[in-house]
Amino acid sequence: MTEIQKSWALHLGVIALLFALQFILPAYHHGSLARVMVLTCYAMGYNILFGYTGLLSLGHALFFAAGMYGLSLSIQHLDWTAGPALLAGLATGFAVALVVGMLLLRTAGVAFMIVTLMFAQAGYLTVLYFGEWTRGDEGFVIQQELRRIAGFDLSDPTSRYFAALLMMAICIIITLRVVQTGFGRVLVAIRENEERTRMLGYDIQRHKLAAILLSGTMSAAAGAAYGLLFGYAGATFASVQYSIFPLLWVLLGGAGTVLGPFIGTLFMFYLIDLSSELTTAYMLIAGLVLVALTLFAPQGLVGELRRRTLRWLP
Amino acid sequence: MELGPYLILGLLEGLVTAAVLSLMALGLSLVFGVMRVVNVAHGEFFMVGAVLAWWIASAVGGHPALGFIAALLLAPPLTAGLAMLADQLVLKRIGYDPERTIVATIGLLYVIQQVTLMTYGPDARPVEAPFNHRLSIPFVEWTESGLAMYWPWGLGTTSYKLAVIAAAVILLTAIWLLMTRTRYGLLMRATQLDRETAQAFAIPVGRVYASVFGLGAGLAALGGVLIVPIQQAHYLMGHDPLLLSFIVVIIGGLGSLPGTVVAALLIGVSDGMISVFFSPTLAKIIATLAVAFVLIFRPQGLFGKRAL
Repeated sequence: MTEIQKSWALHLGVIALLFALQFILPAYHHGSLARVMVLTCYAMGYNILFGYTGLLSLGHALFFAAGMYGLSLSIQHLDWTAGPALLAGLATGFAVALVVGMLLLRTAGVAFMIVTLMFAQAGYLTVLYFGEWTRGDEGFVIQQELRRIAGFDLSDPTSRYFAALLMMAICIIITLRVVQTGFGRVLVAIRENEERTRMLGYDIQRHKLAAILLSGTMSAAAGAAYGLLFGYAGATFASVQYSIFPLLWVLLGGAGTVLGPFIGTLFMFYLIDLSSELTTAYMLIAGLVLVALTLFAPQGLVGELRRRTLRWLP
Repeated sequence: MELGPYLILGLLEGLVTAAVLSLMALGLSLVFGVMRVVNVAHGEFFMVGAVLAWWIASAVGGHPALGFIAALLLAPPLTAGLAMLADQLVLKRIGYDPERTIVATIGLLYVIQQVTLMTYGPDARPVEAPFNHRLSIPFVEWTESGLAMYWPWGLGTTSYKLAVIAAAVILLTAIWLLMTRTRYGLLMRATQLDRETAQAFAIPVGRVYASVFGLGAGLAALGGVLIVPIQQAHYLMGHDPLLLSFIVVIIGGLGSLPGTVVAALLIGVSDGMISVFFSPTLAKIIATLAVAFVLIFRPQGLFGKRAL
């Protein structure tokens, strides 16, 4: 098999395995896994910018929240049905990514990180400021009868699992295609050496903007899906914590690998799930993992695997 | 109250904010200037200072002034020690790589914050001020008999708040003298200017780094000790000051001491003023967006010479 065939076989295999797991998992893990798959889409969106393009954003919660509120506010206040509302979430994420992205192109390095942090903070405060519509920290519940697409009730565990799996499969396929085409290779080239890539005649700014748009829209899709599948929107999802999470997941799984975000999200989700039974200070675990990762495994789990044995992993 | 007294009240509150903010931002700016790393855990050192102050003050007992003075003398060095330990255990081992340092200090932020939550608990606790006289401020108004003084209701401050402003002025002068007049300051500036040449001239760069990181954390802790009689100690209290000191450092220009002080005055006073008239949330939205746009269109800050 060629490397491209191998990687398609592996990733489609993972999707098939998750499809089969649906029939044997107990109810609790069934729900958890659906959540993990939606959050994986968020992490994969983050990975396109951080893992492949090498731009470290500290404000991706802005895009996640844009998708979530684009969907939930149009359901709640404009009485839209779930289908158009989902598109509204995606469009909001795309628009926010376009505006923020054009401004971000003027910055580099540490300034890029701080500007993304500031924009996300301004977004979070805006959600609080318009508390009359967003209900601020308390958030609001999206009614069960409004969460239907094409006759499927997305609050039902089985259809929720399949919807989450479908979304993750789409994100995996998009990322795989990006990595295999010239566009993805230019992104990696920008990560490795921006000056040299510019010298070879590639338009850096256009490629970076495209990466921000793809990453932001994918994160917004995850935010919209999270609101739709779990029926809740709140300001917590716009807070700094939700900007740090995808960084953590991607670093843990392996930045710049297609499956890394899934492995990282799965691992971290269960780690926090188990530790929150022991203590309320569960973010301590997240902090320790971050420090340990920067010290001992800067390439993450899948990244280490690629470095040691499977050189062909995308 | 009329507009005038409101403005004076906003100005006084703003000056107290500016005093604490300039200490904290100076710490952040020193760390960036010398080590070229952004310390995201800086706000937690401020919080640790405040929490340690509560612990020390309640352990000492007796007259409130005794406990406060003990806290003022002990909490900053303890926090500096903690920071130096973190520097040796983590930052040194990742070679002060700018991006990995940000990730590692985010991790440190959560570790410090959550350990405080587990030990100190989620409550906000006050430390009693060593002295706290209420001072009313007179204001003038036109009456039938010409200009007259009167004491508007609610316009006043406390002697402690004025002492905080004075303490900040003294400490900032001391830091300036340390930077410009001592051998240690010279080593620091040499390292800041060119790390490799400094090393070639036998300056112990590693030790300078550790001590600068400790000094920065100590300054943040000092700010925490000074603020704790006004604002209670709480495990999440580091968040807002961190954001504000980022703003100050960016507007003032990284590594520029006069710029930092001017920016702290600007941000502190305008924060005080805006909060009097508008909702604090709106004030924060405007401030964060202003910083983002300063970084986008003028990356060297308003006073700095070097881009971030």
